[in-house]
Amino acid sequence: MVIFGIDLVLLISALMISATPVLLAAVGEAVVEKSGVLNLGVEGMMITGAVIGFIFAVNTQIPIYGFICAAIAGALLSVLFAVLTQYIMSNQVATGLGLTMVGLGLSALIGKPYEGIKSPTLSKIEIPILSDIPILGPMIFSHDAIVYFSVILVATVAYVINRTHVGLVLRAVGENQEAAHALGYKVVRIRFLAIMFGGAAAGIGGAYISLARVPQWTEGMTAGAGWIALAIVVFASWKPWRVLLGAYLFGGITVLQLNLQAIGVAIPVEILSMSPYLVTIVVLVGISLFGHHTAPGSLARPFHASQ
Amino acid sequence: MFGLLLGDFSSAFGAIKLIFWDPLFDENFASYARPQLLVKAGPIILIAIGLSIGFKAGIWNIGAEGQYILGAIFGASVALSLYPQESVLIFPAMILAGAFGGFIWALIPALLKVYFKTNEILVSLMLVYVAENILASVSQGLLRNPEGMGLPGSRNLKDYPSAHNSEIIANSGMHWGVLTAILAVILAYFLFLKHQKGFEIKIAGEAPKAAFFAGINPSKTIIFCMGMSGLLAGMAGLFEVAGPAGQITMSFNSGYGFTAIIVAFLGRLNPWGILLAGLLMALTYIGGEIAQLMLGLPGASIQLLQGMLLFFLLATDILTNYRFKSRSS
Repeated sequence: MVIFGIDLVLLISALMISATPVLLAAVGEAVVEKSGVLNLGVEGMMITGAVIGFIFAVNTQIPIYGFICAAIAGALLSVLFAVLTQYIMSNQVATGLGLTMVGLGLSALIGKPYEGIKSPTLSKIEIPILSDIPILGPMIFSHDAIVYFSVILVATVAYVINRTHVGLVLRAVGENQEAAHALGYKVVRIRFLAIMFGGAAAGIGGAYISLARVPQWTEGMTAGAGWIALAIVVFASWKPWRVLLGAYLFGGITVLQLNLQAIGVAIPVEILSMSPYLVTIVVLVGISLFGHHTAPGSLARPFHASQ
Repeated sequence: MFGLLLGDFSSAFGAIKLIFWDPLFDENFASYARPQLLVKAGPIILIAIGLSIGFKAGIWNIGAEGQYILGAIFGASVALSLYPQESVLIFPAMILAGAFGGFIWALIPALLKVYFKTNEILVSLMLVYVAENILASVSQGLLRNPEGMGLPGSRNLKDYPSAHNSEIIANSGMHWGVLTAILAVILAYFLFLKHQKGFEIKIAGEAPKAAFFAGINPSKTIIFCMGMSGLLAGMAGLFEVAGPAGQITMSFNSGYGFTAIIVAFLGRLNPWGILLAGLLMALTYIGGEIAQLMLGLPGASIQLLQGMLLFFLLATDILTNYRFKSRSS
């Protein structure tokens, strides 16, 4: 399947790989925002996950250890945010921005000795039978473990949020913190855990960039992926399956513009490279026009049990 | 800072002294570092003052970096199109063009927010990446120096007297951008102390509903706040490109637009606080350069230090949100 010199099978397969970091971070952030917290530090947690994952994968030569450590690192960094915003009640926007700056600085500092090294790569898992389907097989069922994991994570989050008691409590805390508190739910504790989940997911997403998509460590390599993840959560109206759709759409545009650059289309490179960001803006406007404004009612509002 | 990580306090103290003390008081560095303090603090303060106006109203323009780049491109374009004519009007025209460039770039998220309720945080940030691509494009194309032997980058405005943002007092670092920054601090002070608009902004931020019922038009507040912050960021970009940076290159912007966000919060959104915070932040830049040179610290460690400064400040919110109480009461 070759259209205009671009192989569609390769394109979709590359799209899933390209979208996975943003997808993981966005689904984590969706949970955080569902609990009523706006963490703008996604970029910082992703880049920290990227560097920590890289360091551990290189030193152990086992990529999965890298991902586990990246999740821990992302969660630990988010604890900083959680303590500041949930207990000290600092401004969430400012604290999130600070977290991004700290993450970018910290990662560059500890990643310095690891520049220019190649990481061990994840092996592909060909799902039996399904991967033998022509076209669809190599497109969708022939990826590494983390791509499958990201889709499973979306399914799990969607199920937990919409179908379980835990999800109901999480939504209650995010929609109306005073009512949830009055019902006896521990608002701060629930949010703390949601923030840590978001941190871990962002950490894994970041590690996927340094361990699978690139696979190398360079300073600031997330290049705004964390911010895209935040935009995708809005795009998705805080719904997990739509997060998947948004991430793949964005991944598709990214891969497509790279392909167009590679085959040398007569469009300036700069216009192609800015296209994912422009499309994000257009989509955000479209969502505000036609979508439902379903932001969690208590989003970014500070809470203290005494109030 | 490495020392701090390893628990070695004497070397940590040495690094802190190198960053915060030596640039100003060590005679080896002071002659270079003291003027640099104003050169770096000027644009940061100018941008941060603009941002603080919006932040007070709960309008989060975090794309000042993009507005700063656009201001520089607009302003420099005026100069480059008039080269090599000389006139006293060129520099003022550049300032206006720079302010206009930043203004319209900030107007995009503002208008989208007003008409479509689009999130201004995300749009203004996405526009930074767009602006960076425009910058890369014009520095290799439209604005490239025709006598630059094909290298990317525009003509150097330092060699164009009418367009050069020169020092007002020699070797002080005091250029027109620094003067504008100080002026902006004073104007912002009076805006919030005396002017109705400042009062409206504060209400819109602290009690949006009360502001609405008091007849304060939220759309006007959004456009005013975003527009002002874009305008000042654009001017900062122009002063930087016409002065210390000299030319449009792919990386003339040094991330001041992002640092200014920290400065606005470090200064507690208070104009005088921002003035001090901007000077402090400029000091970390210069001290960081010296530390890089002397200790081989990577440049990013300064970013870490700046982020941590912000965190420490945010942590002091504990003192405003909680009160000490003796156990008996």
